[in-house]
Amino acid sequence: MIITKQKPLEEILKMLKDVQNIYITGCSLCATSCMTGGEKQILEMKERLEKEGKKITGYVVLDPSCHKLQARATLKKQKNELEKADAILCMACGDGAQTVSSIVDEIPVYPANDTLFIGEIERMGHFAEKCRACGECELGWTSGICPMTQCAKGLLNGPCGGAKDGKCEVNTENDCAWILIYERLKKAGKLEQLKQIKPPKDHSKTLHPMKITVSR
Amino acid sequence: MGLKEKLESGGFAVTAELAPPKGTDTTRLVECAKAIKGRVDAVNLTDFQSAVVRVSSLGAAILIKQQGLEPVMQITGRDRNRIAIQGELLSAAAVGIKNILALTGDHPVFGDNKQAKPVFELDSVNILETATCLMQGKDLAGNPLNGTPEFYLGASVTPHYDPIELQIIKMEKKIKAGAKFFQTQAIYDIQDMKRLKEMTLHLDVKILAGIIPLKSAGMAEYMNKNVPGIYVPEHIIQKLRNSQDKVKEGLKIAAELINQLKDGKLCDGVHIMAIGAEENVPLLLDMCGF
Repeated sequence: MIITKQKPLEEILKMLKDVQNIYITGCSLCATSCMTGGEKQILEMKERLEKEGKKITGYVVLDPSCHKLQARATLKKQKNELEKADAILCMACGDGAQTVSSIVDEIPVYPANDTLFIGEIERMGHFAEKCRACGECELGWTSGICPMTQCAKGLLNGPCGGAKDGKCEVNTENDCAWILIYERLKKAGKLEQLKQIKPPKDHSKTLHPMKITVSR
Repeated sequence: MGLKEKLESGGFAVTAELAPPKGTDTTRLVECAKAIKGRVDAVNLTDFQSAVVRVSSLGAAILIKQQGLEPVMQITGRDRNRIAIQGELLSAAAVGIKNILALTGDHPVFGDNKQAKPVFELDSVNILETATCLMQGKDLAGNPLNGTPEFYLGASVTPHYDPIELQIIKMEKKIKAGAKFFQTQAIYDIQDMKRLKEMTLHLDVKILAGIIPLKSAGMAEYMNKNVPGIYVPEHIIQKLRNSQDKVKEGLKIAAELINQLKDGKLCDGVHIMAIGAEENVPLLLDMCGF
């Protein structure tokens, strides 16, 4: 899941300072789960902006905001509300905001959220980064723990000397990923997997922006 | 005799760490170097230690070399990608610097420019492999070099670490990647070195025990609490508490440890890290009879 966090209202207002009429879009998937772009948050945003003297011309929860065809079809039905708007406030991730921006290119789109990471919902309101989208998954030899993400330095050949009592020196609330990997592999009798030298990542394989076409 | 020759001939090597200056005034660096000239086998120049902006390790290594001392250029993967690391290694070789100590590097959040992007494209093992590759006349991508460097490669190991087996596995990888010598994180408990010695009997490598002279009981307590891989036993802290001249006592404790390590043949040398009190290194050398 793409984890997002709502920007502070002051920052949103600063972006919208010359804008009077605003249309709001949300997202039914990640942003709804992150409580940054579901209907509830849209209505809260609407109320806050109205208090600041803005007019909300309409809103929609796109299903989802990153699906260009779906989003285009949905926004087509919102033609009247969009025509009255000077700007769109997108309550989705950075991808969702760009999808909307590419569809409604005559109206400026402003992001209400900061996009933080790919992660999991540990429990309601608690999100943890789990994947750095490095392009070549390492989980197969690391017993399902990602050293690229869980190790603060993204090391592939074992730990630095910085663990204290099994905790990472960068954030002592986090376990050292390499100690976790070691313990799991040892238990499974697969410590040999740690002994092979891993070459550095081939960044020529992940030139940005990436684009893929999957044959159906 | 250089560091390599000393270690390879079975001698007991002594290295000391000097920190490059924060700014362009090299007076202290040069003075501290002069004070130990002829008394140590080599001097380590740290690579933006603790992620603090300073003169680079290469720059400082050149200065040390100009003073007639043999440098060990430390290099980390924190600030440079593979292009920069290879360039730095080639630059070192081009000016006659052979000893390289490859490290992961402290995270930028511990430094004085916390906003910096952490690179870590190559870890310590990868840096060693890269240097080994350059020594074979090619860059990492396989392109030929005009002039091949010669390095004596080193790395670090943390003897006081749990689980120690994980350190040994990484040590083995570093050796496979080209490391010939190790300088350890500072130790205070002789048992830590005994354990490391026992666990590395199968490895063909030279180990220099890390020594940080203590300056006060508070320093020891601080390190125990905050510095990963460092453990000062309580009886040593007690000695400092009971002493009048803490600095002198700290040097005495360090000298005793060095002699124990040497007499017990627990290592192939010592690496003295005075961290800010480099002027005391000659005193420690006197106390050890070096």
